Amino acid sequence: MTANVVIQFLNGLAGASSLFLVATGLSIIFGVSRIVNFAHGSLYMLGMYLAWSLIAFFGRGSPFGFWGGVLGAALAVGVAGALVEMLVLRRIYRAPEMFQLLATFALVLVVKDAALWLWGAEDLLGPRAPGLRGAVEILGRRVPEYDLLLIAVGPVVLGLLWLLMNRTRWGTLVRAATQDREMVAVLGVDQAKLFTSVFFLGAFLAGLGGALQLPREPANLAVDLSIVADAFVVVVVGGMGSIGGAFLAALLIAQAKAMCIAIGDVELFGTVFSFSKFTLVAEFAIMAAVLVVRPWGLLGRPPAAARGAGAVEPPLVPPGPLFWPAAMLAVLVLALVPLGGEGYALVLLIDIAIFALFAASLHFLMGPAGMVSFGHAAYFGLGSYAAGLAFLKLGWPVEAALLAAPAIGGAGALLFGWFCVRLSGVYLAMLTLAFAQIVWSVVFQWDAFTGGSNGLVGLWPQGWLKDRTTLYLAVLLVSALGIFALWRMVHAPFGYALRAARDSALRADAIGIDVRRFQWIGFALAGTFAGLAGGLFAFSKGSISPETLGVARSVDGLVMVLLGGVQTLTGPVLGATAFTLLQDEIARATTYWRAVLGLAILAIVLVFPMGIAGALRILVARAGAGR
Amino acid sequence: MLVAENLDGFYGRAQVLFGMSLSVGAGEVVVLLGRNGAGKSTTLKSLVGLVELGAGSVAFEGTRIERLPSHRIARLGIGYVPEDRRIFTDLTVMENLEVGRQPARAGAAPWTPERLFDLFPNLAAMRDRPGGRMSGGEQQMLTIARTLMGNPRLVLLDEPSEGLAPVIVEEMARTIRTLKAEGVSVLLAEQNLHFARAVADRAHVVEKGRSRFAGTMDALMGDAAARAAFLEV
Repeated sequence: MTANVVIQFLNGLAGASSLFLVATGLSIIFGVSRIVNFAHGSLYMLGMYLAWSLIAFFGRGSPFGFWGGVLGAALAVGVAGALVEMLVLRRIYRAPEMFQLLATFALVLVVKDAALWLWGAEDLLGPRAPGLRGAVEILGRRVPEYDLLLIAVGPVVLGLLWLLMNRTRWGTLVRAATQDREMVAVLGVDQAKLFTSVFFLGAFLAGLGGALQLPREPANLAVDLSIVADAFVVVVVGGMGSIGGAFLAALLIAQAKAMCIAIGDVELFGTVFSFSKFTLVAEFAIMAAVLVVRPWGLLGRPPAAARGAGAVEPPLVPPGPLFWPAAMLAVLVLALVPLGGEGYALVLLIDIAIFALFAASLHFLMGPAGMVSFGHAAYFGLGSYAAGLAFLKLGWPVEAALLAAPAIGGAGALLFGWFCVRLSGVYLAMLTLAFAQIVWSVVFQWDAFTGGSNGLVGLWPQGWLKDRTTLYLAVLLVSALGIFALWRMVHAPFGYALRAARDSALRADAIGIDVRRFQWIGFALAGTFAGLAGGLFAFSKGSISPETLGVARSVDGLVMVLLGGVQTLTGPVLGATAFTLLQDEIARATTYWRAVLGLAILAIVLVFPMGIAGALRILVARAGAGR
Repeated sequence: MLVAENLDGFYGRAQVLFGMSLSVGAGEVVVLLGRNGAGKSTTLKSLVGLVELGAGSVAFEGTRIERLPSHRIARLGIGYVPEDRRIFTDLTVMENLEVGRQPARAGAAPWTPERLFDLFPNLAAMRDRPGGRMSGGEQQMLTIARTLMGNPRLVLLDEPSEGLAPVIVEEMARTIRTLKAEGVSVLLAEQNLHFARAVADRAHVVEKGRSRFAGTMDALMGDAAARAAFLEV
């Protein structure tokens, strides 16, 4: 037992190094540019693949081949990061936060498909480091020499970074810019060069982390999101912008995971608990504990209260007298569509109705409640799986199973939301993504219960809903009612309170609104309706898989909302319609639809850095001035 | 040395400057006087690229600078000292000075930490103290010293006497006279007429985003009507 714990402890230390490299790069980049680089995991993945190729090119057997490959890959990734800063991010520093996040997300999609195209879908087994192929015997167990090297890498990099930050002019400038970049510019420092160099360093560290991990883990296409979610957790736990905090948190989380594996199977009350499957739960528990005690992280500092940060949004206009009749008419017209036959159009319309509800629930969270979620698919997926499992395992009728969907979606949002509303802005967005990734991993790994990567099949409703047309009408009705409920709430006192809390948390607090409580309820409600949409999805598709709640789906939701415009009620419905139709077209035309989608998002963000709605407003203002 | 003409300045969509004009000659100390919200701070910010200019031109030693990014303006030789000081609180005094350091200019001895410590003796004793653990007066000295590390030929000072103890205000006045003696021009925004009188050669009276009076300090003191119209509450 002792030996096992020690071995796993060393294993944890080795794992912590790569995690630290990625997380600290993310943290440094955020500190200076205030951009949360969601593509940081993609840079890590790129580091792995590039190292694989470069090592093969330089010669696998020789130390020069291996270390040259690792270093070359890290440098190349650093250059890629600098290029991303110069070509994309530099143009959108003044754009709304949400657009910056979306741009880096688009990069995730593009990099993933680029890697798929260049290296294929198969995992690539990495070479072992020449000279370090052996193992050292510790307490009768064999520990790979390479792991011992990795254990040393973390503290060495930490020391070098400390020297760089505290003993060089560049580091002094970076620390100053982290605090007040405008003042740094007024003192004569070229921000653009500073930002590019910071991105180089951050990307270099991510690439190095990936390249060094190659001998322990094959290069694969799923690593980008899993490592970036881990890095988010590390940064949130350690404290944004703190290099020491990132190191501490990486150690803590890697150790917690290692200890779970060390404990292994334990028999409690006659049931065998497999702790090795609880690694994600351990990560979650640590983050939860830290956020309760120190919401700004172990070594982070409480952020200054944001005063009027971001542009003030124009208030939502209450719908006119014709709005509700028009909406009802639209639903009626849609209900008449099956009279024209049961073609592919019906399948698409079902999708559109479901995603309109999903997008409306996300819009409720992002717009009126002012909380950007990058993991809203988690609640959609929880609803799907709740409905599917109730139907399959408990034998519930479809109607009852459909009620389980919003219940479980809402319950999940209630649990995760409790943590999320303790943060704001990008921290909140990071946390939502981390939670979504955890839910995804649990669903993906828990073969016995969720069907693992195969998902659940055979969810075809029986009885009166068996007929496609009836199903369509039911989906249409439920979605319409759900969207109506969400819209109604926006213009109810509850919605006013949410918007007050979004626009000025301090003032809302001062007039007696319990901001966190309202945000928490708003978060849970958004999750509830997303869950409902997920339940409908499960029965309309007949099968669900982990993809149902993957990060890609969360991004889909975001794109729908942003396409339609955040400051309109009908935006998410129109956005969902446009997106579903477009995606249907693109997916039929190419396997690289992710890259196409990513490039489209980048184009939108670069052409309309103030949002489509903002661009329209500027056009209208110009037309007005011209008259 | 600096000539700004017909500046229209905006904070987002709100216009704050309406055709503001001013000039500073070489070796001169010029003061912008005016009530709260008259547009004094905005004028200074617009000169260093921190406020969006809708129209107008700014020429510094013959170079047009109204469209240049802040760091280029700073390198040309305009130093800006903000009203709220904006010290890097995590950085030590020496590190704050390091951020401000720029290459020396031909024809003038460059500012070094040692020379600045002669000017601000208080700072010499706290080289390694973080900026966040200094008093308001000490921070005010540090923010000026930090800007001087860039060897500016013109220093913009935003309300340097605000919120300081009288003895520190006097030290501030001495500092401005020293800068003038070193050949550095100064443009300051002030509400305190007495302080302005003690240091300035010329004055612009600012109201509603434009200059309502331009003349020597003596002329302003002789013009009771101008003072009453734009300065007295």
